[in-house]
Amino acid sequence: MMGTPRLVEIRQNVLKQNDLLARNLRQRFNDAGVMVISLVSSPGAGKTLFLEKTLAALSSQYRVAALVGDLATENDASRLARTQAPVRQITTGTVCHLEAAMVERALEGWNLSDLDFLFVENVGNLVCPSSYDLGENLRLVLMSVTEGEDKPLKYPTIFNSADIAVITKIDLASAVEFDLQAALCSIESVRPGMHVIEVSAKTGDGMEAWYQTLRPHQIKKREITEQAK
Amino acid sequence: MHELSVAATMVDLAVEEAARLGAVRIHALHLRLGRLSGIVKEALIFSWDAACQGTALEGANLVIEDIPAAIYCGGCDTERELQSIQHFVCAVCGASSVEIVRGGELEIAALEIE
Ligand SMILES: Nc1nc2c(ncn2[C@@H]2O[C@H](COP(=O)(O)OP(=O)(O)OP(=O)(O)O)[C@@H](O)[C@H]2O)c(=O)[nH]1
Ligand SMILES: [Mg+2]
Ligand SMILES: [Zn+2]
Repeated sequence: MMGTPRLVEIRQNVLKQNDLLARNLRQRFNDAGVMVISLVSSPGAGKTLFLEKTLAALSSQYRVAALVGDLATENDASRLARTQAPVRQITTGTVCHLEAAMVERALEGWNLSDLDFLFVENVGNLVCPSSYDLGENLRLVLMSVTEGEDKPLKYPTIFNSADIAVITKIDLASAVEFDLQAALCSIESVRPGMHVIEVSAKTGDGMEAWYQTLRPHQIKKREITEQAK
Repeated sequence: MHELSVAATMVDLAVEEAARLGAVRIHALHLRLGRLSGIVKEALIFSWDAACQGTALEGANLVIEDIPAAIYCGGCDTERELQSIQHFVCAVCGASSVEIVRGGELEIAALEIE
């Protein structure tokens, strides 16, 4: 007996499981009053050093913690743990990006309302993380001056999924003849109006401006939680 | 490169749906794939057979509909398809926009079953 094939409309988002988990996480973060910031970049663009400095600088005034994703090794978590902030490593094995479920699992046992800021370093990868919402409030995409000014044009989707672009390692800018104007143009082209910060985590240049951009968010967050009470 | 795991998720969802629909065979899966989905079409096609192996979708075709990215242009007060995802500007008036109205899709549109 042979039936005739029929076309049945389904309309199902393939990543709905992740999107649902991310939405729940975002709700939890909002309820707890914690600002969650994720970082994406190509491997080695400087996420961990940027975070080391950020955790150290913010920890005098705020309660901060971090999750850090890598394919293997706990090296980045050990580096971040030197700042005394609570840090957990997520080793993804063969998975080239973080997913909401991994973040949820890594948070087990932490009381989110004890935190003001939670940072999430994604696996170094400019392609895959763009498809996965982690429930974060703010996503930073980092690009170092050694990677070329046209990085955003090569990876428009990840720049589009992010809120702030951070140009890193500006202490090396002149050595590699980095053309800041060209880089800013590329960013503007793929994400018009995107906020851009230029830093050297090594020398500390520009880091103060980065901490300042966090301030209004934190204040806004707090007002929201106060009102909710 | 996460297309293999995406393909595996697609297969899982399709198997579930097909069972719900009482299908005895799945001939094809129709996918809507947006230009801004972050999924590389060629890699997905390349992963498809491997993901289907040993499942109810073994031998099923993957039919992909490409969805171009589109923005809303405030100046023209209308939707505009992007000529390129490297330039978020209105193709008619040249104004820039970040209001994406289409292009993020990664969606199983339909199943061809019997
Ligand atoms: N000169 C200079 N070097 C930097 C700066 N930031 C990071 N680096 C160096 O760049 C290398 C990579 O930095 P990481 O912070 O480990 O980069 P990452 O993005 O966390 O790398 P993955 O987690 O492997 O993707 C290290 O050798 C850092 O010391 C900077 O501002 N200036
Ligand atoms: Mg790192
Ligand atoms: Zn227009």
